[in-house]
Amino acid sequence: MNELFDIPLYQRAILATLIIGFVNGYASAFVLLHRSPLKLTALSHSLLPGVALAAYFVGLGVLSAFFGAVIAAVIIGVLTVLLSRVTKISDDTVLAVLYTGAFAAGIMVLLKLGSNQDLENWLLGNILGLSDFDLWMSFVVGIIAVALLSLFRRAVVIKLYDPEVAASLGIRTRLLEYASFAVLILVLVTTLQAVGCILAIGMIVTPAAIVRPYISSPETLFPLSGLVGAAGSALGLYLNIHFDLPGAGASIAATLAAMFLISVVLRSIFAK
Amino acid sequence: MSHEHHQLDLTGVGFCYGNKEALREVNFSTHCGQRLALLGPNGAGKTTLIRLLAGLLPLQSGNIQWRENSITKARREIAYLPQVDQHQRNFPIRVKDVVAMGRFPHLGHLHRFRKIDREKINEAIDLMNLGDIAHRQIDQLSGGQQQRTFIARALAQEAHVLLLDEPFNGLDIESRCHLSDSLVELTQSGHLIIASHHQLESVTQIFTHALVLDQKQVEFGEATKVMESESVKQILHSCHPHAHERAL
Repeated sequence: MNELFDIPLYQRAILATLIIGFVNGYASAFVLLHRSPLKLTALSHSLLPGVALAAYFVGLGVLSAFFGAVIAAVIIGVLTVLLSRVTKISDDTVLAVLYTGAFAAGIMVLLKLGSNQDLENWLLGNILGLSDFDLWMSFVVGIIAVALLSLFRRAVVIKLYDPEVAASLGIRTRLLEYASFAVLILVLVTTLQAVGCILAIGMIVTPAAIVRPYISSPETLFPLSGLVGAAGSALGLYLNIHFDLPGAGASIAATLAAMFLISVVLRSIFAK
Repeated sequence: MSHEHHQLDLTGVGFCYGNKEALREVNFSTHCGQRLALLGPNGAGKTTLIRLLAGLLPLQSGNIQWRENSITKARREIAYLPQVDQHQRNFPIRVKDVVAMGRFPHLGHLHRFRKIDREKINEAIDLMNLGDIAHRQIDQLSGGQQQRTFIARALAQEAHVLLLDEPFNGLDIESRCHLSDSLVELTQSGHLIIASHHQLESVTQIFTHALVLDQKQVEFGEATKVMESESVKQILHSCHPHAHERAL
């Protein structure tokens, strides 16, 4: 087993899992406090048509996929706000309509362009297929995302706790909201290649949910969620390789979900 | 410490939500050391006025001055305390963390907590008798304890003016007495308290002054005199008939 981790392919995968797991875990604290996992689900699905259209116009590459995904997420986000205001329909409803439509369009474009394997990679990820460039990109984007969330954490926490008090204290709450979601899009895009746009939700939601029953302050929630995200994701990949399971991304998401259930059970035992 | 020369002046203040006029021609002056009750029926403009003072709504007409300068330049000195049930529930945060939020206007995004910040936080916690529960989750506390936590946040902010939205709502009798005592102590230490209030029977016990609104200013003055005014009785009687009978 240990010899497997001497192979560069697996070394790259385990390093990528640790980085992506930590960054997603750190961001999951924001998602938990913001109570927005459904918005994140919509957002991650919205990235797919961007990837597909980037592939259609400039060919499928890491950078084109990255910028395509960002543009798609921004368009869906802005359209949701605009249409919700114009139609007076709740933004959750508009977002659900737009993201399912965009997701369907993305699937059709990807199927038209390439093989089922390409489509599966974008939906479910392929962490063992990451290149050195992908790894560097995850690393750089991860540092930027964690740095931004850390720098503005004080204001983010006040705003999430009570937006009106935050505004009265001089915090520009709307700008902070947009900036926070821009950071989440960045995190999602780098996660896309590793575990795909569907399983990415598990990575950006579950770690903070695992930690939440044991913590009493946001100061500890953010870093601890990052560590649990990294450890849980690495454990998922290790189990996948050790037991020769299909779907590394699926193993990671399933491991995190199992850790959540164990966390809940342990908490209920110790709470008695 | 007396701050009675610290004055809040409102001249011709009005506000519209779209085409709907919520408030017009509000003119009054008050200063530190006073406890001002905002009274009036639902939709009278009490919350609108508090939100204007807190900087949560833009000033559309008129002028609000604090210590002879535009109030927009004095945000740090004005603390807003929304109703106790407004904040997000089940949020993992301790009393101490909530009080520390008051230091944001002094620290901004990037500065770390300094010795002076920790001193101000601990001072506010002590003043509001929160020392024993400083490490407890805010949602585990009673409404009265939460209200004291939010006042401590305002003290940590070093605010001179405290704007409270229906602070006595949902409190039991004991908590109401404690909060009332706290407000008196705060004005004695030089703060200005402005609170929307709908329990008419307690206005004169808690507040020194009263402003009655009904989408415009109806009456302003010392609480005992305002509550005796016939026009005020008519307006308040129509929205709180039983409470007003008790008050009389």
